[in-house]
Amino acid sequence: MMNSNAIKLLSTLAVSVAISACSQAPGLSFPDSFRQALETAKPGDVITVPEGTFAFDRSLILNTDGVTIRGQGMEKSILSFKGQIAGAEGLSVSANDFTIEDLAIEDTVGDALKVNEGNNIVIRRIRTEWTNGPDVNNGAYGIYPVQTTNVLIEGNVAIAASDAGVYVGQSKQVIVRNNRAEFNVAGIEVENTIGADVYQNVANNNTGGILVFNMPSIPQRGYATRVYDNDVNNNNTANFAAPGTAVSGVPAGSGIMVNSNDQVEIFNNRIADNNTANILISSYFSANYAGQRTLAAEFDPYPEEIFIYDNTFSGGGTAPGFDYLVQLRDAIYGPSGAFPDIIWDGIIDPNKPEDKQVICVANGDAQLLSIDAGNEFNDAGVDMQKHNCTVAKLAPIELAGS
Amino acid sequence: MNELTRTKVTVAFWLCAALLSGCGQGEVKHFNTDDYPQALSDWGVIELQGEHLKVNDSAVVYDLNTALFSDYALKLRTVFVPNGESAAYHPTDTFAMPVGSIISKTFFYPKDAKGRLMTTSTWQGNPMDISSTTHQLVETRLLVKQTEGWDALSYIWQGDEAYLSVTGKLQRLTLANDQPLNYLVPSRNQCASCHATNHTTGELRPIGIKARHLNRTTSLYQENQLAHWQSKGILQGVTEPAPANALWDDTSASLNHRARSYLDINCGHCHNPAGAADTSGLLLDYEDHPRTAMGYCKPPIAAGKGSGGRLYSIVPGHPEASILSFRLETNNPAMMMPELGRSLVHSEGVKLVSSWIAQLEGECI
Repeated sequence: MMNSNAIKLLSTLAVSVAISACSQAPGLSFPDSFRQALETAKPGDVITVPEGTFAFDRSLILNTDGVTIRGQGMEKSILSFKGQIAGAEGLSVSANDFTIEDLAIEDTVGDALKVNEGNNIVIRRIRTEWTNGPDVNNGAYGIYPVQTTNVLIEGNVAIAASDAGVYVGQSKQVIVRNNRAEFNVAGIEVENTIGADVYQNVANNNTGGILVFNMPSIPQRGYATRVYDNDVNNNNTANFAAPGTAVSGVPAGSGIMVNSNDQVEIFNNRIADNNTANILISSYFSANYAGQRTLAAEFDPYPEEIFIYDNTFSGGGTAPGFDYLVQLRDAIYGPSGAFPDIIWDGIIDPNKPEDKQVICVANGDAQLLSIDAGNEFNDAGVDMQKHNCTVAKLAPIELAGS
Repeated sequence: MNELTRTKVTVAFWLCAALLSGCGQGEVKHFNTDDYPQALSDWGVIELQGEHLKVNDSAVVYDLNTALFSDYALKLRTVFVPNGESAAYHPTDTFAMPVGSIISKTFFYPKDAKGRLMTTSTWQGNPMDISSTTHQLVETRLLVKQTEGWDALSYIWQGDEAYLSVTGKLQRLTLANDQPLNYLVPSRNQCASCHATNHTTGELRPIGIKARHLNRTTSLYQENQLAHWQSKGILQGVTEPAPANALWDDTSASLNHRARSYLDINCGHCHNPAGAADTSGLLLDYEDHPRTAMGYCKPPIAAGKGSGGRLYSIVPGHPEASILSFRLETNNPAMMMPELGRSLVHSEGVKLVSSWIAQLEGECI
């Protein structure tokens, strides 16, 4: 796709850097030789990052297909963008067949690692972190593939992003596994994506742990996501997103949250002590995106075919993250009470086909509270009979070539 | 020296004089992707002769209607088309150009008495008026048409020559008000960030070589550039009427036309249906799109703090509530638009776009 022409002299230099895997071209500091290797890369290049902390004051860019960037470990090879003055990302990639592994990207002014369009993407054992901890001035996304297909995101650590630690947007065929996302606004977010398996991750101490969202007015509507075998605990960090962003509407204390998305299967997770609720299901209308918004006519704002089963819940629901939710909790359960494990805004499509399930729950004695947000909360309550149903289970994602 | 040799030399001299109007200047040369020269002057397109910038006589100087804002840099643009060949006109798309074509863009600033860079200028587009004593040459970018497609190169000026830079450079310059200017010379891949206007194919293309950008009369030639290109034999197939963007500061044009022209050249290379920013769903090229896609009451997708806490790209009547204005008003690299190519705020451009939004009708419910 982005295989640029090359400049012989410089690319020879760069490839020799890559092949020898020793860190520096003669006379160049590592940051300079690394940038040169990215700029002159050829398909098949393996660009190595040695041990050490390396400072960059502007974005790095890669446009060549078939390149691997490999460090010595997420605590050993560190690309630091503290004080970055140009570029909206740390590393920006537009390429197919891209693999990056075993390094850290710290303190970027904007997104840490963005991959915009590409097939066969592997992001493995990368740490993206804002080392100052949660702060509205941190960059938005840690690991950010968008419009990608056949994507493996595994073993990464994402900390303190002011939007999402791991954010998969408008992609297809995605596996997100064995990652740890902490102290972000959203730990892991899958948005407008078709076919994603999110499993064996740890999403603790975020504002919201794992989010499956659909947003209007973009080319791809998402559906078919499985969220299973994850640990999702204590996602009670105060929301530090910029006002107006989608995630600024996530109440602190959200474990797993589905908004406007369809065919989402949530099972076998261990979800505890998320103080708004362990699971939240909502339509676009109550996403609370800092106000009421007009909606594109073609957008489906209703979550449907949501299937929740066999999760292990404990605690949570005791300190809802928004005032109106606190009032509701007080009214229904008393000030010292707690929301049940699952809350839902209760807003359904008035034109919904009869046979289309909204939310099915097969999770022991776990309860779902509909807050009836579309009707001024008048009929808020629990009626598990309405959710005594099943949705056809989704097939596992199988990545091509893995 | 025998007679034959003498004749050859004489012919060569006169041929040279006739073709190049002075033997101090060579021909424009073509280099393949594997042997690009380190010195800009080797291309023969543009070079410093003494203190003056000299454009090869076989290259044509041109200008755009509204141009991309680049930290108030002035830009000298030239196009070279191999002798006997020509670009093919297209009413909306980039003109197709033959292999061997070279487009150059030299970025420079007028200097004040202390050598600091000025953000205002009286330059009228004549290369003869650019002198290294009164101007700071910063960089010259080339787009070279190879058999495989367009290739982008940046040459950074240093003394009386410019040298190839693959990795780009942050130039720390000083403005006349003593403010620092972190001027970014783009790397090769950064060139693609804007010039891969179709982000899916990744193919590089010139951005300004479109009818609507070129369709104007310049003081340099006193005639319309499309006509001038035709008279020079480097453009064919022009069909009238050719579209024309506005000059953003030409108050005789409608506010709508000026603002759309400004957004087109500053945003449309990414914010088009195949561009890198199609992920946002916001389309700002000068085509007809659904109102939401053009930003009317459109919520942000992944803007992060780039939304500035505002709800929609455009809130008709309310620039102070529109993300579009916020993105232009900030120079924080994580929030500003365009993402590349500026470190300063183009306050006059902000004013134009905000005035346009202020008079738009409708409301976001």
